[in-house]
Amino acid sequence: SLCKSVIYGIITYRRRGQLAALSIAAVVIIVGVPLWWRTTETYRAWLPVSQINELSNLQLQLSAEVEVVFARGTVTPEQQKKVPLTQIQDEEHTVDEDTALRYRYETKYRTATIMEEDALNQPTAAEADLSLHTLSESPCGSLVVYVIPESSSLLPEDMDVYVGQRRTALLRIGAQMRVGKTLDQLLAHLEPRIKQVLQVMSFSHTDISAALSDRVRLSPGNKESIADSMRTFKSSPGYEITFSLLNPDPKSHRLHWDIEGAVQTYIQPLLTKLASVANFSIDSQTLYYAMLGVNPRFDSSLSAYTLHSDSLAHVINPVEARLGSNAASSNPVLNFLLYVPDAHHSPLYIHDRKKQEVPSNAFHSPRWGGIMVYNVNGFYGPEAVFPVDVNINMAKVMGVFLAQLRLLLGVQSSTAPSGFLVAPCGSNGLADWELDRLMWSRSVENVATATTTITSLAQLLEQIGNIVINDNIAEQVSSAVTSLQLAVAELETGNLRFALQYSKEAILASERAFFDPSLLHLLYFPDDQKFAIYIPLFLPMCVPILLSLLKIVSDARQKRREKQAKKD
Amino acid sequence: SHAAIKIQPMRQFFSSGHTNNWAVLVCTSRFWFNYRHVANTLSVYRSVKRLGIPDSHIVLMLADDMACNHRNPKPATVFSHKNMELNVYGDDVEVDYRGYEVTVENFLRVLTGRLPPSTPRSKRLLSDDRSNILIYLTGHGGNGFLKFQDSEEISNVELADAFEQMWQKRRYNELLFIIDTCQGASMYERFYSPNLMALASSQVGEDSLSHQPDLAIGVHLMDRYTFYLLEFLEDIHPSSKANMNDLFKVCPKSQCVSTPGHRTDLFLRDPGSALITDFFGSVRKVEITMETINLTEPIHFVNEERQKETYSYVDQLPVSEIIHQKPKQKDWHPPDGFILGLWTLILLVFFKTYGMKHLKHIF
Repeated sequence: SLCKSVIYGIITYRRRGQLAALSIAAVVIIVGVPLWWRTTETYRAWLPVSQINELSNLQLQLSAEVEVVFARGTVTPEQQKKVPLTQIQDEEHTVDEDTALRYRYETKYRTATIMEEDALNQPTAAEADLSLHTLSESPCGSLVVYVIPESSSLLPEDMDVYVGQRRTALLRIGAQMRVGKTLDQLLAHLEPRIKQVLQVMSFSHTDISAALSDRVRLSPGNKESIADSMRTFKSSPGYEITFSLLNPDPKSHRLHWDIEGAVQTYIQPLLTKLASVANFSIDSQTLYYAMLGVNPRFDSSLSAYTLHSDSLAHVINPVEARLGSNAASSNPVLNFLLYVPDAHHSPLYIHDRKKQEVPSNAFHSPRWGGIMVYNVNGFYGPEAVFPVDVNINMAKVMGVFLAQLRLLLGVQSSTAPSGFLVAPCGSNGLADWELDRLMWSRSVENVATATTTITSLAQLLEQIGNIVINDNIAEQVSSAVTSLQLAVAELETGNLRFALQYSKEAILASERAFFDPSLLHLLYFPDDQKFAIYIPLFLPMCVPILLSLLKIVSDARQKRREKQAKKD
Repeated sequence: SHAAIKIQPMRQFFSSGHTNNWAVLVCTSRFWFNYRHVANTLSVYRSVKRLGIPDSHIVLMLADDMACNHRNPKPATVFSHKNMELNVYGDDVEVDYRGYEVTVENFLRVLTGRLPPSTPRSKRLLSDDRSNILIYLTGHGGNGFLKFQDSEEISNVELADAFEQMWQKRRYNELLFIIDTCQGASMYERFYSPNLMALASSQVGEDSLSHQPDLAIGVHLMDRYTFYLLEFLEDIHPSSKANMNDLFKVCPKSQCVSTPGHRTDLFLRDPGSALITDFFGSVRKVEITMETINLTEPIHFVNEERQKETYSYVDQLPVSEIIHQKPKQKDWHPPDGFILGLWTLILLVFFKTYGMKHLKHIF
């Protein structure tokens, strides 16, 4: 009690009140405000923002290696001594202020070896191509062009270039190079022609700029390139392919199709070859009593039913409702339908705009799939007993579906320039150089899409301060940035396979980061709402504190005045 | 030899740049007296299906079940015309988000694509850069917001940001936004992304009115704007050439009492060149397949002894992810009464320090 009375004595009554007010103010400011700040801030993991900003300015370099081999009869012996030489050419294109492209062509010239000469002595170009392939295999992304003399019989008269099934081309030297030209003139003559071959077999500026469409909305080029870009599916890590057999008349036709065998023999080789580009899953189904939804017209001159091309657009929608799809995946679906017309509307032919019959009897829809009409009325006579068993010729059907699949995946290129003879694609439905073309455009498309995704994600997160950025998102973003840098570097050195792989990793990581469910911004608070929330909480508490502080200040001033008065 | 592909004359391709159509139709109100909002949405759903968009490309969100409501005198029906002329519920309605699943969060997740991996395909908007999307919202709204489920709201800023995120990820080619609520024009004021066209049933400060009640059912069946919109759409068939300028003339002030508004400054094409079927229908572009591949190999014999794996439907879905999903982390709030207790403590301290009689020193 002595202590107490001492303390009470030291601290006067008024002083206690002032101390209480000051200590509460101190607790509010020192403990309360930081605590409130920490509990209301959002967790934002660190993002490599500087690297992302670097990526928004995309400078892509695509490198292609070409080997030009001179066969006997194209160079003179003196020129032959000078021939082993290498040239590097760069072509720059500026697409817009953030995107620039550079194409580097590394051309190595040499003369043919004896074994290659033997191979070139084959009677036809296709056989020559085959034996050249057995000698050596060119790595992914490179080309070999064999320059053959004008008198060579490998190519027909009006054709100058033969594009093989793998990565070789045969180029017939021009008539003006027959006699007395120097090596430089020869090279100058060959250069634009080799560039033309590269445009067909490797990458062309139109293809690459179409692949950049996600990043740059280009003004339309020629009509063919727009149609190509609208028709082919966008790059995706996986696709689903569904084969459907539509039988509207099971009472008349009992259809048998060996779909498993046909897929295994004809479609699977193509998909295996495309495994580095995407995963494919295939399923098949049979639909009974599925009508076309459009009434075909009877043409008495042909005594057959016809479907005009204008009505084809209305065929797809009624059927699509019945097709179904895999519930668990979000991959794009390619539908291939085989329609066997009912006995009363057989045979059914598709006519184009000029009222001409279409040999394939099939049509396709961009980014959707294809439909083929298969007439079976020729397999049975008028006295047949219904239902008739029909075995469908899968080779014919798959020939059409394979062509449509190539178009929809972007493998088929537009028409080759005049004078070019392109070999039909091999048994696996895909030439090596077509695969290379697809890999070039897919890598560029993936890189363009991933950079756009990452930069817009970074922009979005900066703009909206209330979104929580978890650690896993920061991880995905960092890995996407790393993969993108690697992909761009591999494209520069010309390692096409690695470039595609890194670009796929980049796009997977960037999509996962962008579409993460936790990045939902629901917290839009206008300022008046923020005030409305905080004022009832803090104002009643702060008013007594502020007023006591004011009282303390006015008391202190009064005391000083009194002291002054006392002194005086 | 390799046949060159003859490209057909590309007339269809260049009128619009889209290859597929999607529709997101949302009714945001619940309770029996908001019957007309469900009827609105279902009639737009019917028209869109009739014109060709399949169910797999429609995301239908209905906040309440009117057809099987206890107060519905005709169960399993939703009528849009009085005297029960037209049942818009039908036999093949596919509702993707129903009842309490229709929330602002789910709506924004559908638009931006940020759905959890266990979401099935039918609940996703899987559009790409060549998709034309129709978005139809109806319910109760105000100046700058739309009410969801009577407990939350979406603001026009959030909607504009969602569309911008869709544009950044190229999830649409062109987007038509129709809203039938009170003061609906305020919802499209804040849009800033390209290729958006918007229509609203009323201007800021005006109310959208309902059309007609049915005395047997006891509620209003449709809103005026959607009623006249439906009448207009009944005349459209898949090969119709009516364009957007005709759509802007739907429901003038004499019929609608409110003034419908539209916004086209963000739309890059001329609205007169945009067909109604570009958004409401699904007219596919078609090309004739001109070339085939000659396949000569005989079919391989598939080994019959290979075990046929059968999958059940549930195996395809990541069931373990769904079952073991962690509950959503709720934000921490201080316990109830905490703030009240805090005030009491502060007041007690002051009264103790100064005593009641000394309150005049403080105030």
